[in-house]
Order: sequence, then structure tokens, then C-alpha cells
Amino acid sequence: MKRRDFLQGTGITGLVLFFSADQGFAQERDRPDRPNARPGYPSDFNAYLCIAPDGRVTCLVGKVELGQGSMTALAMLLAEELDVALEQVDMVMGDTDLCPWDMGTFGSLSIWQFGPVLRGAGAEARAVLVQMASERLKIPVEQLVVVKGIVSRKGDTSMHVSYGELVAGKKIERHLEKVAPKPVSAFKLVGRDTARKDAREKVTGKAMYAADMKLPGLLHARVLRAPVHGAALESVDTSAAEAMAGVKVVRDKELVALLHARPDGAAEALSKVKAKWKNPVSDLDHNNIFEHLPKTAPKARSLAAMGDLAAGEKAAAQVVEATYTNAYVAHAPIETHAALAAWEGDKVTVWASTQAPFMVKSQVAEALGLATQQVRIITPYVGGGFGGKSGGPQAVTAARLARLAGAPVLVQWDREEEFFHDTFRPAAVIKLRSGATREGKITAWNCNVVGAGDREAVTFYAVPNQRTLSAGSWQGGNPKDMHPFAVGPWRAPSANSNNFAHESHVDSLAAKLGMDPVAFRLLNLEEPRMLRVLTEAAKRFGWVAKPAPSGRGVGVACGHYRGTYVAAMAEVAVDRASGQVQVKRITLVQDMGVVVNPDGARQQAEGSLIMGLGYALTEEIPFKGGDVLAKNFDTYEIPRFSWVPKLDITLIDNPQVPAQGGGEPPIIIVGALLANAIHDATGARLTHLPMNPVSVKAALKAKG
Amino acid sequence: MVRSLSFTLNGKAVKVDADEGRMLLWVLRSDLGLTGTKYGCGQGQCGACTVLVDGQPVRSCSTSLKAVAGRKVTTIEGLERKDGLHPVQQAFMKHHAFQCGYCTSGMILASAALLEGKPKPTREDVAHHLEGHLCRCGSHPRILDAVMDAATGKGGGK
Repeated sequence: MKRRDFLQGTGITGLVLFFSADQGFAQERDRPDRPNARPGYPSDFNAYLCIAPDGRVTCLVGKVELGQGSMTALAMLLAEELDVALEQVDMVMGDTDLCPWDMGTFGSLSIWQFGPVLRGAGAEARAVLVQMASERLKIPVEQLVVVKGIVSRKGDTSMHVSYGELVAGKKIERHLEKVAPKPVSAFKLVGRDTARKDAREKVTGKAMYAADMKLPGLLHARVLRAPVHGAALESVDTSAAEAMAGVKVVRDKELVALLHARPDGAAEALSKVKAKWKNPVSDLDHNNIFEHLPKTAPKARSLAAMGDLAAGEKAAAQVVEATYTNAYVAHAPIETHAALAAWEGDKVTVWASTQAPFMVKSQVAEALGLATQQVRIITPYVGGGFGGKSGGPQAVTAARLARLAGAPVLVQWDREEEFFHDTFRPAAVIKLRSGATREGKITAWNCNVVGAGDREAVTFYAVPNQRTLSAGSWQGGNPKDMHPFAVGPWRAPSANSNNFAHESHVDSLAAKLGMDPVAFRLLNLEEPRMLRVLTEAAKRFGWVAKPAPSGRGVGVACGHYRGTYVAAMAEVAVDRASGQVQVKRITLVQDMGVVVNPDGARQQAEGSLIMGLGYALTEEIPFKGGDVLAKNFDTYEIPRFSWVPKLDITLIDNPQVPAQGGGEPPIIIVGALLANAIHDATGARLTHLPMNPVSVKAALKAKG
Repeated sequence: MVRSLSFTLNGKAVKVDADEGRMLLWVLRSDLGLTGTKYGCGQGQCGACTVLVDGQPVRSCSTSLKAVAGRKVTTIEGLERKDGLHPVQQAFMKHHAFQCGYCTSGMILASAALLEGKPKPTREDVAHHLEGHLCRCGSHPRILDAVMDAATGKGGGK
């Protein structure tokens, strides 16, 4: 039953109804008869917005602010459709009691997929409000305009009424069918560089993250953790910790936690716990994993099968075969996972650093045997996610401990736990065999993906004879013995690994044919948007056509992800003695359709490129058996200031295409971009990520 | 050993009764309620917990309470001036020199300290000074832009 129907059924048929947060839409869907049902986006616009008597608009979304700027971009979309000022919009994000359901903030979906939903809600609300104003002012709808939430006659503001007056603090009960959102040509706000709404709080230290929350009687928890993955607890002695003043030990099955009023007190108590573990025996490590993966992978899925591979190879003048591999990498957000749980009667509220509050709500409910309406997740600012906070194991732990301790409990992982419990980007093995004619037409493409997953596994080049198989995934469903620890989505999952293989391979083919890598790509691409970004990037970079290796250290790569097309060129310097690679400059051209906040989109592109330097050059989880040897930032190196190249980023204006994904696309090309530039500089082709100094030196030596 | 220790925090005298070996980070966050200083790594490797002690940036996660006794501690909460935000804060706002904002307090305090001692740094000076500060969102170019802008004395102005 829809809410409207429900309300009509009660006999309340007036125009407006009192709306209070407690009767929000999220709860309505928590129907006792369907305790863990998975809802979709509600169709009633009231779920997304609420207008106060003073005209302030509260925008309610299940998305969260991880740094990607959706707090600003989503506010812009709603302000645009409602014709209110951006400053009039207050955002409430990721509160499962107040906000409409959302799957989670990942996959570059916020603007691309959720944007149209929010715009639709805003457009319908505006149309209803204008209709109400028309009745109030006795002026036909066609003659009305809205400026900053005030409705008046065109060219005559003497007769006017504000949204705040129309709504009078109540819920809007009227609805209209099929109201179209504004056309791009009518945008006043969307498409302009816009100041971030979170700026002041973030530069003053006032922005609150999960671990900054405080409640009376709060206890900080540190949890006893296995030394290696798969270890079983044999015995534990907590007596020394218990002897410490203010320490509370909580034990529930496998969960052993030390609680204290101060975080460092809990940590000290944990250090006094003596535990005996039985560790599993495993020879697996970060070197032999690449032989292990193909042996343990599940049955491959066929993603593409076209033409005749043998005929394609026969037509080819050159055939290249290579295997590309990449290490496990960590998300390593600077904010570690944190959650504060507090019980009130039989209801628990958890403030959690998560990308997916509604998913965490279900996880907490399931783990604690609760109905979902007994769980509320509130998401404060999140200090980076990158896919690593797609669930909320720390929220489950906090809720369990708070129930056992009878007090609010805060769990904040330390850095070592963050590396240990992370759901890494899977190590991958991608085998490619392809051929091209003397003229440079690719005629055969045979791709075998293990571990990476399916996204962007199928080539975007126009190849008549092609086959792509893919086995295993970051999404789970892998055989138990395939990965020694959990894997999960890492910014642009699958696509980083697949693009590295594809775009390295295409470069190898071009080099074998003695062709310029840009010309070779242009010859084999058909998608106009891709052709455009590549051509534009060559122009901006000042690309001079030459076959690789030219000794200049320039490279190219292009890619597609979440509806967005990217092409980049880079210049690198390789220090042959140390194996160090310094990236001097990167030119990026991106077509993401309509751009909501250009400055915000550029920021995402910059971040993607810089984060990409890490997985391309240094990031790798060293491990032995189930022991994750990366413990802190000295054993897991992420990009620093000295690495940062000169960036030239262009967003192509493409109003014909609706807004596409923007949070991830440029990160997918960084691996191949740098591999190709290193090859151009040295003639050595690196087929493994990361291309750290050791592997660069080894490749140079192997080349001779 | 629990002792009564005094220091100046953001211009005001404070007295804390605590184990003098405790790290300043947790005393600030947990005992004194100043949560703008963040935990990132616990070993002085990321810079998120940076505060100023007598104007010099230190890693509060590995600075004991004893080490700041009698000294002047400035956290992000104490950087604001009577006439508004510190020029570095203004410049960070203007350039959007942050994304998630978690490393931002440390970045701003370290940059403010740099400009105090070297009002006209080169871009390379700033990068070198901030090398030990990690930002996972990749805001580095904007942070450099912001600090260079603040160094012109114009501040942000937005």
C-alpha cells in the first residue's frame, strides 16, 4: 500500500497533513509484517524534501558525504528543480529513520542514478507548489514564476506567496503525474562551479565523524583480534586487564572486548590480554598468489563471444599474448572504521562511518536478531570510503557490545585493524591474446579474466572476433580457498584491473606494428564520445605521433566506466638506477554528460588520478598465509605530495547526455597510462601492478 | 603516573589530572572534548593528529602529556582569530582543499606553522613541508594552491 492510499484509507483527505520527522517515510516501509523487506526509492516526493515555514528546504537522502561532494551536488539538483537558492537547502544524509531508502554511496551512482530520482521529486513538488500558489493568488499557473522559493506573477512581484507560506510546516498532500524535470537549457545553478556546503565545518574542525560523537556514560571498546586470518582462539587470559581500574571485559562467543571510559585506556587493557591462537597452515603469499588464483577460481562466465577467433588471428600480421597481474590493495581511508551504538529500550541507534547506512541497518538487525525498525543508523561525515566502507562490521560490534555492557559503546579500529579487516581489491590475473593487421585493425581479442570481476572486462574496441571469460569477483561468491582474506569493491571495482590489462595490451600491439599508440587506438574505436575525448586529450597534451618506445616517456590510455568516457596522456621520468618513476604531468579529458558542479567533478577527477598513482606505483598488500604484513603507512605506501604531477583536466561539455558517474572513472586508466609511459621511456613493458622500484629495475634488467 | 599537569590550550590555561605518559591526542579528544584533532595511524605516520606546540607542528598521537606541560598547545579549534578564520582556513575553503576533511585539521595547522616561519615559501617548500601528511582523497594540488594563496597575504576571501 502506498502512503497516499494509506492516508486516504484513514479518511484524512485534506490538502496537507502535519509532518513530523518521527513519522518519516523510512519507518513506514519498516512494516512489521515484512521485517527485512528491501524497499526501493519511494515515489512520494515528500520523502526527499520538507519545507519549513521560513522557506528553508530540508533535503533528505540516503546517500552520505564521504568527501566526494554529493552533499553539495545533490543540494544543487534539488535547489535547481524547486527554484530555491542553494543556501536555502539543508541536507540530511544517511539517517535511516529520516531519509528515504538507498542502497549505498558507491559505484559513482549518486548523480547518475539517484540524481534523476531527486530531480523528479523536486520537479513534482515545484509543480504542486505553483499550482497551490495559483489558487491562492488567483493567477493562472502559466503567468507565475518562482525565484528563491517565492512565487509571483511574471514581471510583477506585488502579488506573491512563498513556499514556506504555502506549506505552513505541513506535509504536501497533493501530487501530480508525470512532471518533467527542467531541461538542461533552463539550468541556472547546475553546471556552475559551486562552493561546497561542508567547507566551513571541515576547515574549522567542527565536522563530526563517527568517532567524534559523545554520549553520557560512553565506553570505548577495543576488540581482541586474531593474529592471522583463519586463526582459532584456544584460550584467553584477561585477568591482568581486569585488574586495571575502570576496565570492563565483555565476552560473547568469539567476541572478546575491553571497555574503558577512555580510548587509550581500552587500548592499554587490550595490550594486557594474553591469548593463545591456533593459526592455520598456509604457504600462500603475495608472490605465489598469481599461480594460486587460476587454480582455485570458479567456473568462468562468458561475457562476450563474437565472430571466429582463429580466423581473426589468421588475418592478423602480429599476434601478442601476455598475462597481466595486480596485487591486493587496501582502501586505507585516513578515518578508520568507527561506530557508536546506544540502546534506548529495545531500539538501538548506531552512528557509523559507512557508505551504506541502510545495508548496515539490515546487518545490525540480522546479527542481533532484531526487526529492522528497532535499528537506526545515523551517518555523520565519513572520512573517506573508496568502497571499503560498503558495509558496517564495526557497527555490528558496537551494537553487540553496547547491549552486553548496558552502556553506549564506541568502536574505532586502529590502523592495524583497518588493514587487517579491510576487504581488499582482489589480486587478479588477466590473460590476453590478440592480433591486428599490418594496417592496424584489431582482428582478434581473446581475454581471460581471473579474480578482477566483470566490469569493463569486455573490450571497448571494435573487434569483429572476440571472446571474454571472467572467473571470480570482488562481489563475493568465490570458492572459500581462492582468497586468503575478504575482498570487496575498491574504487571502480574490476575496471582498474581490466583497463590496465586492455590498455597495456593495445599499446603492445601498436608497438609491435610500429604504430603510434594514439593513431592505433583511433583506428579501432567507434564510440564517438570515446573518439572525442581521445582526440581532445591528444590536442591538449601536445601529443606528437611516434611509435613506442620513443624514449620520451609519454603514454596514453583511455577507458569507459559508469557511462563516462575518459582519455589521458602522461609524461614520466624513470630513474634507471633506483627504479623510481616520477610522473611529471597528466592530461585528462572526461565526458561525463551534463556536469552538475564542474569544480566538484574536477576535484573527483584529480582525486581519482592521484589515488590511481598509488595502485599503479606502490600499493600492494604483502601477506604470508593469513597474516597481513601491511600494518601501517610504513608498510603500505600511499601517494604523497612529492608524487603529485601537474594535472590538466578538461570536462567536455556534453548536454546531450544526462549526468553520468563521476566519482571513479579516471582512476581506471592510471595503471596502463603509467605502464605505457614507462615502456615509452625505457622499452620495458611492465605487466604487474604495482610498478614499484623493485619491479621496474627487474623489468629493465630483463630487457637488457 | 597520575599528576596534575598544566598547559595553555588555545590561549586558555588548562589543568589535567592524568597519567603524564598518556598521549595528547586522547587527552584532547576524550578528556577535553576537542575532536577536531583526528586519529589516523597512532604512530605519527599520517599527520591527521597534528597540533601546534609552541607554534611547532607535532603529532599528538605520539606526544605525551608530560611533553606539553607548561607549553602552548594550539588545535584546529584554536586557530580562528577574533576577526574571522585564519588565512590558511580561508584559503582551504576557497580552493576546496579537502574532500572528506579528515586530514584537514592537520594539514591546516602544519601549513599555518610553515607560513609563520616562512611567509613566502615556494610550492616545493610547501610540498616538502607537508610530505609527511597523508591525504587519501587526493586533494594535494588544491592544498598546495591554498597554502600558496594564503602566503600571498590575500587569504581566501570567499
